[in-house]
Amino acid sequence: MQKTIAGATIDVNEEGFLTDPSQWNEAVAAALAAEESVGPLTEAHWKVLHHLRAKHAAGEEVTIRQLGKSGVVTTKDLYALFPNGPLKKAARIAGVPKPVGCI
Amino acid sequence: MKNLLILGAGTAGTMMAHHLRKRLPRGEWRITAVDRSEDHYYQPGFLFLPFGMIDESAIVKKTRDLLPRDVDFVAAPVERIDPAARQVHLAGREPIAYDLLIVATGSHIAPEETEGMTGPGWRRDVFDFYTFEGARALRDRLAAWQGGKLVVHVTEMPIKCPVAPLEFSFLADTFFQNRGLRDRVEITYVTPLSGAFTKPKASKALGHLLADKGIALEADFAIERVDADRRVIVSYDEREIPYDLLVTTPLNMGSEAIAASGMGDDLNFIPTHRHTLQSRDYPDIFVIGDATNVPASKAGSVAHFEAETLTDNILLHIAGRPLKEEFDGHSNCFIESGGGKALLIDFSYDIEPHEGGFPFGWGPLRLLRESRLNHWGKLAFRWVYWHLLLKARPLPGISRNKRVPKDLRPAA
Repeated sequence: MQKTIAGATIDVNEEGFLTDPSQWNEAVAAALAAEESVGPLTEAHWKVLHHLRAKHAAGEEVTIRQLGKSGVVTTKDLYALFPNGPLKKAARIAGVPKPVGCI
Repeated sequence: MKNLLILGAGTAGTMMAHHLRKRLPRGEWRITAVDRSEDHYYQPGFLFLPFGMIDESAIVKKTRDLLPRDVDFVAAPVERIDPAARQVHLAGREPIAYDLLIVATGSHIAPEETEGMTGPGWRRDVFDFYTFEGARALRDRLAAWQGGKLVVHVTEMPIKCPVAPLEFSFLADTFFQNRGLRDRVEITYVTPLSGAFTKPKASKALGHLLADKGIALEADFAIERVDADRRVIVSYDEREIPYDLLVTTPLNMGSEAIAASGMGDDLNFIPTHRHTLQSRDYPDIFVIGDATNVPASKAGSVAHFEAETLTDNILLHIAGRPLKEEFDGHSNCFIESGGGKALLIDFSYDIEPHEGGFPFGWGPLRLLRESRLNHWGKLAFRWVYWHLLLKARPLPGISRNKRVPKDLRPAA
């Protein structure tokens, strides 16, 4: 389905995640963050968001543990930046798919 | 004579030994398999062992006996791969040189990676069921347990056989009912993901199962530590879940030999081309099963489908021809749902678990739906594993690529 946000039209799935990461930009991110009650986005938020996008582009999956060991953010700070389900929220704001299991 | 070396003689390595011994000329290629263990476990049995649903003797055979006779077997731990010298260093033995290498060293639990997990509570009131020793110790504990708070927990993805912890919860519900203890047991399922089911199709079809069985759900739980003295697990956002019996799935990691070789990611899984199964870094190294970093489930069925593609690609590589970009992440598995029933799921990188019949699309087993036949299918699978799957014999109607469901096919 399509959605208009921050002056852009984006394709999203039924849970509101972008289905085409190339439709993402920083204004879209800021608007998605507001929907998630995250932000205003700071340098620390952007570091996480850009890291998630780079990992997704490289075809690698990201977990909370990996993020905590990546040097990008500590796990405690990750929860402070994106409270309640940080990886899922950060993924949605970064315009990459939700972390999933096999079912 | 050239040498093809297979590291790991578990599910994936044993299947590759059979596939390739049938296809590589004996006069040109010697095949050697290396494994640290002389015992081969039927790992799906670890789910049933804690509940006394299967005998120990039914789930172990000798590694040597499961390999083709004309494949050499070396029982030794791998220390390190040296890709530049094309040789593998083993503990207490001469290195083995190879012309082609298949890495099938799998994944294992690493409970020491979570603070407090292997503390004083380990195998007293904190258990895993991903090892033979863990499943057996848990069986003995469950047999004597008189009830309380049972917490079934997943540390972090990816894990081997990703649905097993959920199946454990379902089987525990049935187990305690049968023992007349169910009203004295609180079962909580704890996951780092956003729910027990994270894909909309599965969530819609199966989301009712936990509530139906009175199993509580704690989602988005990223464990920071186990507090064995207070018997609580604590998350990074400072939630606490008390337990009397914690059945955890610790962090899963690839072999230490991969780390020692500098070939893995931060979980020691090897960067692998997701469609060809060739190492991203070394053209004469191929990777299969749990050892890869491909975003498919870490499960025997995945290794089975990968083995078909990898066999063709090894032959293409030897012939100097382009590899098939064929593996599509195909996976299928039985899911025990308790009460003598099971579900069957079938999916790939791009296709969600789908409904319908199986195999062939019209067969007797039902996808994404509970049935008694699926449960009997899961029990019968042990025979299939020992006699067909490991020996690389064909499984009728179950092909390497996921069948694209009708409603997802492009219009004619």
